[in-house]
Amino acid sequence: MLADITLAHYLTVAAILFVFGVFGIFINRKNVITILMSIELILLSVSINLVAFSAYSSDLSGQIFSLFILTVAAAEAAIGLAILVVYFRNRGSISVDDINVMKG
Amino acid sequence: MFYQAIVFLPLLGAIAAGLFSLRQQNSAAIAVSVSGVVISFILSLFAFAHVAMGGNTEIVSVARWINSGTFEANWQLRFDTLTAVMLIVVTGVSSCVHIYSVGYMHHDKAIARFMAYLSLFTFAMLMLVTADNLVQLFFGWEGVGVASYLLIGFWYHKESAHTAAMKAFVVNRVGDFGFVLGILAIFTLTGSVSFDAIFADTASYQNAVITFSGISLPALEVVSILLFIGAMGKSAQLGLHTWLPDAMEGPTPVSALIHAATMVTAGVFLVCRLSPIIEYAPIALDVITIVGASTAIFAATVGMTQFDIKRVIAYSTCSQLGYMFFAAGVSAYPAAMFHLTTHAFFKALLFLGAGSVIHALSDEQDLRNMGGIWRKVPVTYTMMWVGSLALAGFPFFAGFYSKDMILEAAYGAHTGVGMIAFWLGCAAALLTAFYSWRLLILAFHGQPRASAEVMSHVHESPNVMTLPLIPLALGAIFAGWAGYELFVGHDMAAFWGDSIFILPSHTAMEAAHHVPLWVKLLPIVLATSGVLGAYIAYVKMPHLPAKIASACGGFYDFLFNKWYFDELYDRIFVRPAVLFGGWLWRRGDKGTIDYFGPDGLSALVGRLSSRLVHIQTGYVYHYAFAMMIGVVVLLSWYFSGFGR
Repeated sequence: MLADITLAHYLTVAAILFVFGVFGIFINRKNVITILMSIELILLSVSINLVAFSAYSSDLSGQIFSLFILTVAAAEAAIGLAILVVYFRNRGSISVDDINVMKG
Repeated sequence: MFYQAIVFLPLLGAIAAGLFSLRQQNSAAIAVSVSGVVISFILSLFAFAHVAMGGNTEIVSVARWINSGTFEANWQLRFDTLTAVMLIVVTGVSSCVHIYSVGYMHHDKAIARFMAYLSLFTFAMLMLVTADNLVQLFFGWEGVGVASYLLIGFWYHKESAHTAAMKAFVVNRVGDFGFVLGILAIFTLTGSVSFDAIFADTASYQNAVITFSGISLPALEVVSILLFIGAMGKSAQLGLHTWLPDAMEGPTPVSALIHAATMVTAGVFLVCRLSPIIEYAPIALDVITIVGASTAIFAATVGMTQFDIKRVIAYSTCSQLGYMFFAAGVSAYPAAMFHLTTHAFFKALLFLGAGSVIHALSDEQDLRNMGGIWRKVPVTYTMMWVGSLALAGFPFFAGFYSKDMILEAAYGAHTGVGMIAFWLGCAAALLTAFYSWRLLILAFHGQPRASAEVMSHVHESPNVMTLPLIPLALGAIFAGWAGYELFVGHDMAAFWGDSIFILPSHTAMEAAHHVPLWVKLLPIVLATSGVLGAYIAYVKMPHLPAKIASACGGFYDFLFNKWYFDELYDRIFVRPAVLFGGWLWRRGDKGTIDYFGPDGLSALVGRLSSRLVHIQTGYVYHYAFAMMIGVVVLLSWYFSGFGR
């Protein structure tokens, strides 16, 4: 018999996803799309936390909130990708190592 | 209102003329400034009748000024006899000069500005003579200094004019420093700067001492000498006289008004005004006598050798101021004021006459390029004769009464310094007559030495320039005769009232009326021989002056170069100051302040930032990593409990 899936399990999964997302941002040297995906991953891990806490405390507002976050995240991803397209047209590359205009 | 109007009408005139000058409305500016001063003169006549002849002292409050702790100085006008005499002199000469300037300056585009400055000067001078406390007097004192600066440098495009203006200002600062210290000393001594309070009980301060860095000095002597240093600066006495000849760079009406009749006599006025203090300071009186007498003889010797017509008269002014000071030094203040008044008339007349000559000869000022014009400028010629006769002290002209009075008072003082002053004054009288007639002969007689073109333009000045000379000439002829009894004669005590204080033991004024006959005759004899000397040297034997000059050689050069005062000051003060200034600029400003301050800081910031900038890689993941580490550090700090 499998043990019950408790709040701690949800939080653990979310934390692991969060750490993946964070490392995805600064270990990755390839391209910007990966960074966008990593950000998305961080956002989703937080959403999992919200839903888990919502179920745990029997308060629906957390789950409603996570639906909002998904919507906003979709919009944000669309904008991010649009910026990338424009960026690629201008610079001909989306390699992370090429994006260093701010270098001192 | 009546008394305020005397002082403030010229100020209104100056402001209005200044505003008109901005719009180039010259005739409006002239009208407003001239009428302001002339009305002020007419009111002054009434004030003179009421205050001086009627024997009333009027004190008019205008406004509160400074009121801090026990220190109190208010705008207050004081009209006593001393002030009333100065009012007549200042507004009278100023009116003549204003009118004269309308003609003299009519070629100048900036005439409106000129009139505004003249009126401003008149206001400041009136403020000076009507002051009821030392601080207000100092306000007027500095006001005339500023106006003098503006007017000497009126033709500011001329290098010589603006350097002369700066020289006048800087040399006067030396004297003013003494003046300020004197005011401070008086305040520490008496706790007030108002004349009534200071003079109320000066005798009680006779034994007071001022201790400065461990040295105790008699307080009244210190105060008197400090204030006299101020007077020396303004009145161009020996040592601080170097600015006056250079001030002749200004337009001639300015020389007549400021550097002959009014501003330079402010020092004499100050000494007379402070007579209740100075009377108790015997050493200071001796210093004043010696400085005055030395100035009289020094300036007369230099005046003999100069060739610039205005400089000759300027040295003559310097010399006459010396007379006034040694008169004050032997406690003959009324004689000093008397000479001040008569001198204002004939010296303004001489300057305006010289201006007329310069005007006639197309701006020529060198006596060596004049001559042979007396038939063409009869009015100017007559006026110069009147002025010279009065200056040399020929009988029944103004200078005769006042200058003889001074010499007799110096003799009558029966003191060592008094006798020195008497003999130096007599020698100066001889030289005065000599250089006056040298000027007359060189300027008007002999063969014309100007170019034919200039000679063809020689013309008498317009009426607007010759008419103002007439009242001055009348003053130069009759002022001595008319004022003798009042100023220094039997009515003296009633006339001056409380405005001049003389210790009963100082009897020079009284003794002056009882000197031996030869003392009375000597100045006339000397003046006549001076004229004869000039006649022989410049008419009979025109080659004589050059021979004497070359025979005396070094001595002549010594006089011609004004006793090398300018060169001496240049070596002692000017060049070291310039070198020191240069050193401060290189080592102090550039080497220290700039090096470590603005330049050093900006270089430091530049160096640091050029190193710090390498931290910025521009890679997004580096920034994200930094943020991450930051969050981790913050969180662990928070949870570890140190943050709470």
